Amino acid sequence: MTALLPLRLAWRQLRAERARLFSAIAGVMFACVLVFMQLGFRSALFDSATALPQAMQGELFLIHPLTTALFRPETFPRVRAYQTLALPEVQVAVPIYMAQAIWRNPVNGSHRAIQLIGFDNEAGAVSFPGLDELIPALKRPDTIAFDWKSRPEFGPVGALLAERGPFQVEIGHRMVEIVGTVALGASFGADGNAVMTETNFRRLISTRQSNNIDLVALRLRPGADPLTVQKQLTALLPGDVTVVTHDQLVAWERNYWETATPIGFIFAFGSLMGLIVGMVIVYQILFADIASHLAEYATLKAMGFSAGYLRLVVMGAAAILAGLGFVPGILASTGLYRVVAKATLLPLRMQVDRGLLVLGLIFGMCSIAGLLAMRKLKDADPADMF
Amino acid sequence: MGDHPVALSGVGFSFGEGALRRPVLRDLHLTVEPGEVVLLTGPSGSGKTTLLTLVGALRAMQQGSCVVLGQELLGAAESARVALRRRIGFIFQNHNLLGFLTARQNVAMALELHPDFGEEAARLSLAGEILGRVGLADFADVVPAKLSGGQRQRVAVARALVAGPGLILADEPTAALDRQSGRDVVDLMRGLAKDRGMPVLLVTHDPRILDVADRVVAMEDGRIVG
Repeated sequence: MTALLPLRLAWRQLRAERARLFSAIAGVMFACVLVFMQLGFRSALFDSATALPQAMQGELFLIHPLTTALFRPETFPRVRAYQTLALPEVQVAVPIYMAQAIWRNPVNGSHRAIQLIGFDNEAGAVSFPGLDELIPALKRPDTIAFDWKSRPEFGPVGALLAERGPFQVEIGHRMVEIVGTVALGASFGADGNAVMTETNFRRLISTRQSNNIDLVALRLRPGADPLTVQKQLTALLPGDVTVVTHDQLVAWERNYWETATPIGFIFAFGSLMGLIVGMVIVYQILFADIASHLAEYATLKAMGFSAGYLRLVVMGAAAILAGLGFVPGILASTGLYRVVAKATLLPLRMQVDRGLLVLGLIFGMCSIAGLLAMRKLKDADPADMF
Repeated sequence: MGDHPVALSGVGFSFGEGALRRPVLRDLHLTVEPGEVVLLTGPSGSGKTTLLTLVGALRAMQQGSCVVLGQELLGAAESARVALRRRIGFIFQNHNLLGFLTARQNVAMALELHPDFGEEAARLSLAGEILGRVGLADFADVVPAKLSGGQRQRVAVARALVAGPGLILADEPTAALDRQSGRDVVDLMRGLAKDRGMPVLLVTHDPRILDVADRVVAMEDGRIVG
């Protein structure tokens, strides 16, 4: 006797009660969409939070050990950047300044904090899509490149640029000229970004001493091993800076959002809630199916079908519901990702590994519901049939 | 004794524990000959249904010896009882057909337990054949909800007999049927059982069908009284 016979019986039983079947599928689909959205937001949070370090091109970076996240950096002396050049493997050391300032919306005058990033644009250690073409223009005093992926509250900068060319905006009570746009992306730490040269950064943030910097990006000579250089630099430099690789810098930023904020936990909790709700719905459906067929199940037992066969029928029904709910669930989630990505500008999209993870979670959810519902099979006692 | 499809000796059975212990069968002896139709009668509570569940391996034995189709049931494991049940055809008071399967699919399910009946196509065709024997050739692909009570019980008879069991156990198969349908069902059972030499143990207190039996056994207070 193959396992396909109980599966077929499960399918025939589910199919017979259309309304019950559709409510079960809707329940699984609901859980599926909920988990996809939670995991999607969680992943988008981490992707967007690390967009800035991701965009940096250096092999190694200097960062203050007390910096929690790049939108809230601790400063360290600029001279540390030059000290790294003592090693012949270090080709370029680019100091980076970061701060937030108040942006005035050019259309309605509303205020919003914007992340300012100032560095030597020509050094090639930091690059955002669109920046290279703007380098000559950014050399002029009081110019910035605006991140077009910033949240819409900053105003329709892209449209205004296309309409009237470079124009003036007010950042931190100073008028600056937007000469073009780069692509970086809004994050949970910063609603928007503006990129400029060191000099223009100091013009905007006049309170900042130029010898206090927030980050250093290092480019190594071709062939140099980043891990070896990292060890040498750690030995060479004082304890007010930590030397990290590019991956470690991204992980540093990610770690802040994962551990220091409840956000990661909230999304995991949201996913769990979705799974529990879905499990209860599937359990109810399976339980009702067993309860309304107790006499028939008892008859099957009397005919010589084993308890294991009936358990396979219940688990088969659970697996069918998981599969039938997952397919519309992943389709709806893919569509919803597009809608939400458009509305929030967060990097949300369907990924294969997440699809497989949710598929596993949904099957697990339905299996647990099946195992719980199975206990009802004990009530199908063939001795009560006579 | 060894040739009897059913041989009970000294069978006792009680429900409940301690002070609530209530014996329903006491020192009961009964044998059924091959091909014999035995009818069990008696008032409610006389223990005839309990006897049927013991013979059908649906309950664990407590006391005495009960050999069914060569299998001693005293102390038999659950797996041995499940295996024995596959060799018995059961007919219940209610038809208990699966509502989401057609008559033919319901009958074919009884064949799923026996690999020697071949694949799905063979099972369905054999099921169709026996439905023809019970006069339901035209209703083979109809779900039970669209059949009359007598037709449903005939499907249940077909299901019990299709795999060629060594013994038929039936409990009040006519209780839910009108006179004529009841008559048809028991005549059918008797005819098919006689054709194949299957013994039948039938519990009833329907006086209308007493004449189908080769032997009528009356029970009272857990004992056979005649």
